[in-house]
Parts: sequence; C-alpha cells; structure tokens
Amino acid sequence: MSTADATAESHPEAAGKAREAFRAITRDVAWVAEAPKPHKAWVAVLGIALALFAVGIYSIYVLVTTGIGVWGNSNTVDWAWDITNFVWWIGIGHAGTLISAVLFLTRQTWRVSINRSAEAMTIFAVMCAGLFPLLHTGRPWFAWWMIPHPNDMQMWPQFRSPLMWDVFAVSTYATTSILFWFMGLVPDLATFRDRSAARGDTIRAIIYGALSLGWRGSARQWHRYERAYLILAGLATPLVFSVHSVVSFDFATSQLPGWHTTIFPPYFVAGAIFSGFAMVFTLLIPARHLFNLKHIIKDEHVEAACKIMLGTGMMVGLAYATEFFIAWYSGNLFEGFAFINRAFGPFWWAYFLMVGCNVIVPQAFWFKKVRRAPVIIFVLCILINVGMWFERFVIIATSLARTFLPAQWSYYSPTRYDIGLFVGTIGLFFTLFLLFFRYAPVIAISEVKGAMPEAHAGKKH
Amino acid sequence: MTDTTHEPVHPDGNGNGNGHSDAGELYGLLAEYDTPGELVEAARKVRDAGYTEFDCYSPFPVHGIDEAMGIKRTILPVLVFCGGAAGTVGGVLLQWWCNAYNWPWNISGKPTWSQPANLPIAFETTILLAVFTSFFGMWILNKLPQVWHPFFRNDRFNQVTDDAFLLGIEARDRRFDAEATPRLLKDAGALRVDDVHYDPDPSTARMPKWITAFIVASTAFALIPFAIAAKARTSHSSEPHFHIFPDMDFQPKIKSDQALDLFDDGRANRGEIGGTVARGSLNADDVFYRGLDNGQWTTGYPKQLPLTDQLMKRGRNRFEIYCSPCHGYDGRGAGAIPQRVAAGGGAWQARNLVDASNPVAISMPNGQLFNTISNGYNTMMGYAAQIPYADRWAIVLYVRALQRSQNASLDDIPADHRSGMQMPEAPTK
Repeated sequence: MSTADATAESHPEAAGKAREAFRAITRDVAWVAEAPKPHKAWVAVLGIALALFAVGIYSIYVLVTTGIGVWGNSNTVDWAWDITNFVWWIGIGHAGTLISAVLFLTRQTWRVSINRSAEAMTIFAVMCAGLFPLLHTGRPWFAWWMIPHPNDMQMWPQFRSPLMWDVFAVSTYATTSILFWFMGLVPDLATFRDRSAARGDTIRAIIYGALSLGWRGSARQWHRYERAYLILAGLATPLVFSVHSVVSFDFATSQLPGWHTTIFPPYFVAGAIFSGFAMVFTLLIPARHLFNLKHIIKDEHVEAACKIMLGTGMMVGLAYATEFFIAWYSGNLFEGFAFINRAFGPFWWAYFLMVGCNVIVPQAFWFKKVRRAPVIIFVLCILINVGMWFERFVIIATSLARTFLPAQWSYYSPTRYDIGLFVGTIGLFFTLFLLFFRYAPVIAISEVKGAMPEAHAGKKH
Repeated sequence: MTDTTHEPVHPDGNGNGNGHSDAGELYGLLAEYDTPGELVEAARKVRDAGYTEFDCYSPFPVHGIDEAMGIKRTILPVLVFCGGAAGTVGGVLLQWWCNAYNWPWNISGKPTWSQPANLPIAFETTILLAVFTSFFGMWILNKLPQVWHPFFRNDRFNQVTDDAFLLGIEARDRRFDAEATPRLLKDAGALRVDDVHYDPDPSTARMPKWITAFIVASTAFALIPFAIAAKARTSHSSEPHFHIFPDMDFQPKIKSDQALDLFDDGRANRGEIGGTVARGSLNADDVFYRGLDNGQWTTGYPKQLPLTDQLMKRGRNRFEIYCSPCHGYDGRGAGAIPQRVAAGGGAWQARNLVDASNPVAISMPNGQLFNTISNGYNTMMGYAAQIPYADRWAIVLYVRALQRSQNASLDDIPADHRSGMQMPEAPTK
C-alpha cells in the first residue's frame, strides 16, 4: 500500500508528550511488581506477618480441636474479643468501599491514587472479619447451615434474626467487593500482561493474560465497562452503609442497656469510615515511601484523608456525647447505670483510651503542619486504630459485664488464644496486603491516566 | 521490520517490526494517533465516512469518544434493574417460603410473616443480584473473556495498555478499500497505519497439547467427589461413617453396662457400698414401703395416710390412669387393651379384681395388693417406677371400694338413699 506521506514529520518523540506522561505512570507502578528482587523492608515485614499468621493458625487449631472454652468468653461476657475483632475488621474494610465507590460517585478524582489499595484492604479486612463469627460458632464446619438449602433436617435459617442479616450482608459485601476490585484490576492486569510479554516473561504473561480476560482497551468495551463501574459504585454505596448498619443491629435490636439504641447504625458507619481511613494510611504512608509512589499518592491526597478522619472522628465524638445525653434524658435507670459504668466502672481505662484516641487525637488534624507530616499522621492513624478497637470492646464487654442482675456481673480478660487469633488476623491481613503489593497493580493505572490533564491532550475544544 | 508498515518504524519502545502480521489474510488496519484528542477526531471522520466495523483502543476510557464513534448506550442498566428486581422478589419469596409457608416459625408468638424484619435480607439479595448482573453482564456484552484477537499480532497493539491510541478498521467492513481506507486514516493524522493479517484456517489455531491435557485431567479430577457421592447414595455399606469432625459422637465416658478393667469385678457399674444407705433411700417403714407388718402382709393401711375422701379420689384418679387400660374402669378386667386384643381376633383377659366367684384379688390382704402394684403379678409388670408409694396405697383403697361397690346389694345402701333406685341385674361372671 502506498499511503506513506504527510504525517511523516509528526514524529512521536516530538509530539508524544502526553504519551510520555502515560508511560511514566505505567512504568512507576509496574516497577513495584517487575523489580527482580523485592525490597528488603518488604521481605522483613512479610516475614513478621507470616510469623504472626502462624500464631493465628496455631490459635485456631487449639480452638477448633478443644472448643470455645479456650477463649476468655464466659456465660456473662459471651461476646468478647471475637465480636470486637469482627466489627473492627469489617469497619476497616468500609473505607475501601467508600474510597472506591462513594468518592467515585462524588467525582473526587484524588481517589484514583489510593482506591486500588483501599479496595484490596477491604477484601483482606473482610476475610479477617469473617473468621471471627465463623470460629465463634464453635463448629465452623457447619457454617453452611446458614445458607438456605433443602436438607434432611427440614430446617431453614431464621431470617428474622439480625445474625442471619449479618450473614447475608457480610457475604454480599465480600462478593461485591471482590467483583468490583477484580473488575477494576482487569485493564491494569492487561498492562502487566503486555509488559510481561514484551519482556519475554512467558509465565507471568500467561497468568496475567488469563486474569485480564483478553482485555483490549476497545472504546466499545470501555463504554460498557464504565457503565458497569458506575452501576457497581452506585450499588456498593448503599451496600456499605447497610452492612455496618446491619452489624450494629446485632446490638441495637437486643434489649441490653448500652446496646439497645437507635443511634447505632449511623454511629457505627461513621466509626467504620474513620477507622478504615486510618488503616488505609497506616498502610500507604510507608508503602508510598518504600516504592517511590509519592508523585502518584500525593501529599494532597493524604491531607484530604486527614480531613475526612477529622470529620468522622468528630461524628464519633458526637455519638459518644449523644449516648450519654440520652442515657440521662431517657430517665431510664438501667440505661443511666450502663453509661456511668462504662466511663467509671471496671473498664474505665478502656473507655478513656477510646475517647482519647478517637476524639482527642484527631483534633491534631486541624493543623496543616500535622496534615503534611507523614510520620505524625502514621502515628496518629495507629492510635485511631487502637481507639476504634477499644470502642467496640467498650460497647461489647462493658455492657455484657454489667447486665440487669448483679448476680451475673463479672469481668472479662482475654486468654492467650484470644490474643493469638487477633494477632494472627493482623498477620494474615499484612501477608495478603504485601503479596498484593508485590504482584498486582497497586495503583489503578488506567484510572490515574484518565484523571491526568494529559488525558485531554489534543482535544479541539 | 516488514514491508506492510506504511511508515518508518516507531522508534519508541519495542518498534522492532510487526511480528507475524504479514502472514495470512488481511484482518484489518490499525492506525496510531498521538493524543486522545486526535483519536477522537479520527474516530469521528471514520464514522462520518460510513464505516461501522471499527473500534478505538486506548489505555483509559477517552472522554467524548462514545459520541464521536456513535456508540449506542449499552442496555446494561436495564439488565441490572431486572437483576435487582429479581433479587428483591427472590429475597422476599425465599424468606416467606422458608419461614412463613414451608415451616411457619413461631418466635415469641409474633406473626410468622412480618415484613420489616425481612427487609434487610431482601435488600442484600437485591444488591447481590444487581451486582452479579452488572459484573457478568458487562463481560458477556463485551464478549470477554476472549483468549485471542488478530490485533494482538501487532506490536503497537500491545502498547494500548500503556500509552498508545489506536484505531482499528476491520477488512470485513463493506466500505473497506485497500487504497482509500489507509488514506482516510492518514488524513486523520495517523502516525502510522499497519496491516494486520491472520490465518482464518482454524486448523492452524490449535490449542497447545498440554493445555488440552490439563483441562481434561482437571475436569476428570473434579468429577471424582461427585462420583463418590453418587456411589454412596446408591449403595449400602456396613462400615461406620467416616467422621471428619467427630463432635460428640465419641465421648470419653463409660456407660453403665460396659466392662472396665479399673475395678476388680471388671464392671463399670458401681453398686452401693455395703452397709451404707443413700440419702433419702432408707425406707425403714415396712408397712408404708413394702406392705409388710411383722413379716406378714398388712391388712390395714399405713398410719401416715388417713383414710379420707381426698385419698379415695386420688386413688380413683390414679387407678383410671394406670390400671384401667387393662382392668377396666369397673375393675372387671375388660379394659381398652383386652377389647383391642379381642377386636384383633386374639384372646387376652386381665384379672377381674372384683369377681366374688373367683376372689383372688378380693382375698388378698392390703399389703399384698400393694406389693402387686409395686412388683407385679404373673404377667403384670410392677408399677413402682411410675407410681409413688402414697399413690399406690390410694389405689389399694380405691380397689377395695370397687370390690365392695361391684358386689353390693340393696342392703348396703343407706335407707334414705334407696328410694327410686333399682338394682341392676347382678353380674354373672
């Protein structure tokens, strides 16, 4: 064919400024996975995480072969660390959905630098969360009885129980999070596929090729893809609010003073977002430093997250205050006692840790200097995670330890297997997150490119 | 480098030729543009020229390209709505069928069908099915996964996921022309235009043998559990179940009739220790507990039971529960069970307790009657396990009353009660 002509002078290197910028993004993200040897810090942290995970596996082994008695749970405090950890992990997961879905719907383009890792965090946190109620049943091998299915026992699940709502909410949430995450990954896995093929790394090219489903980046595919992404974001948003509301129903629909409050759903959701953002930045502040991603996960993004933590932290503080006000205003003797006991009873130390970490600590984010100091933010995020853990512990343990009958009163202390399992889930979480960071596109490459000013290069209007 | 490229090789990246694109039939053209904006403009020109079998390829969704290419809005939202609606209806029906219809579940007397409590799950199933529809629907509408596409043979096409903006026109488009189409793409500002060839002969596109082998092997492997389950369902086995989780099926405990090496007598069951009496089991009162008075059957009643109307009524009540099924309400031995035996063609008679002609029961002393209730007589079993001591004495009292009333004459009735009474014909048994 003979069409060689006029455009010969439009040489890509002269005109390809926009493309140079796109290439830089691809290279900087793919570098993390393509580096022949992982970072020393990565290996070290993975080793620690695997060791913690092994502790968790051992604790599960002892628990399953012996029984729930190895935990500190008693007839009085029958929900303790297990449910505390469940709610804590689920709450952490919610920030991922918030970043990927809610901020997408509200067109916050800064989310593109962190949404992928936040979504991964969601999935890993939900996996950790799911372990606790599963093991708390005592016979986790019968967990499938919770799925409605015809059986010889002629038994159906009790659909009017909040615990059954939990099963549906959490499993829908886990499924949706995984599908949403995978869908977002496909175009970037295609990038990895093509890069692996170009480098001659056949094994990776086959694995990434299979995972990217033959993605071609066609405009007709992108059209449906973007629609589906928008719809999924639209579905995930009410879902994330419903999930933590349902989790709060586990408590709110009971008759126990300290649990039986209508404020729980919004209060739990705000707390979930609060703790989730803290966990995202506990992970990303070191990660962006280690993997040279500061020009993609920018200081402005961290600052925006600090503002969200300040806002949600104050919502949580307002909820604490409201609970006390209602306890007094209702004139209910038991309700009043439950809250005085919460602050000044045997678990007073947990209550003040909670208020200190969740209400006072985030006040530091009023100052721009703090919002621009990664080390301080990292420390504050860890404190917030501690505070949010204690929030759930305070709600669960202090309420159960002091119920209506003084004869039932008791104190709760964890055993080594409670601690071992919790530590183990932290190990599992970090193990999965580190593997994800090493082998998958940690930043939504295509979304970052689409949000760059260069994405509009060459447009006439 | 091959002769099918219309422009000097792209110096950037891996511009080392077009690989296999010179073999086989022409599949289509791939034109590369420098910026997203140029791609949009080129797409508009191609569409305006009347092409339909073309597509644009970019590392991210390019803004404005849908309109420029004339892409119709996808039907996906409609499908998702249907999926979500199916989720709502399915979720509600599931809960209604399970908890209100198939097995109405009474929780604290609340209505079996109370919608507010069913909302959360209906909401979650709505979201779940809508999510499934949008996720799987999107891939199906996009015809993915697709393992291979002819354009993948082009080197620049592999840059689409990095920085390249390509426009591909397929040769099957009815406006496709070997001369005019490349010119159109050039005029729209293409950096280069490549031919992409492919071999339409399916025999050359064989799957590698190891992939086939893997698929066959893994499919066969996956069927093994189902085969085992199917065999187990259709056959009998004398082997005990394989217990993955034994739960409480095998408990570390000893049952009463088991042998046990721990003790000299080899029995697990331990009897009472000689010379001891368990608390509350002394039962020293011979009359009350055994019906014996100095080694003989007592003819009276235990002194701790005053013979009152109340005791008589208690005795009647217990008699009618425990004794009447065989002996009958009147004590003549024709209770419900003998009648049922007779109805079945058999013959079995319980003792007539009131028969004066064969006065076995009538001549028994009270103590022997009590002992009979406690320990049985002939084929009658003992009722010691069912009837407490005092109730047995109450039954003895009532049986005495029956014996007297069933053999009574008019003289036994006080004079002031006789008027208007007629004696029934005396029983002949």
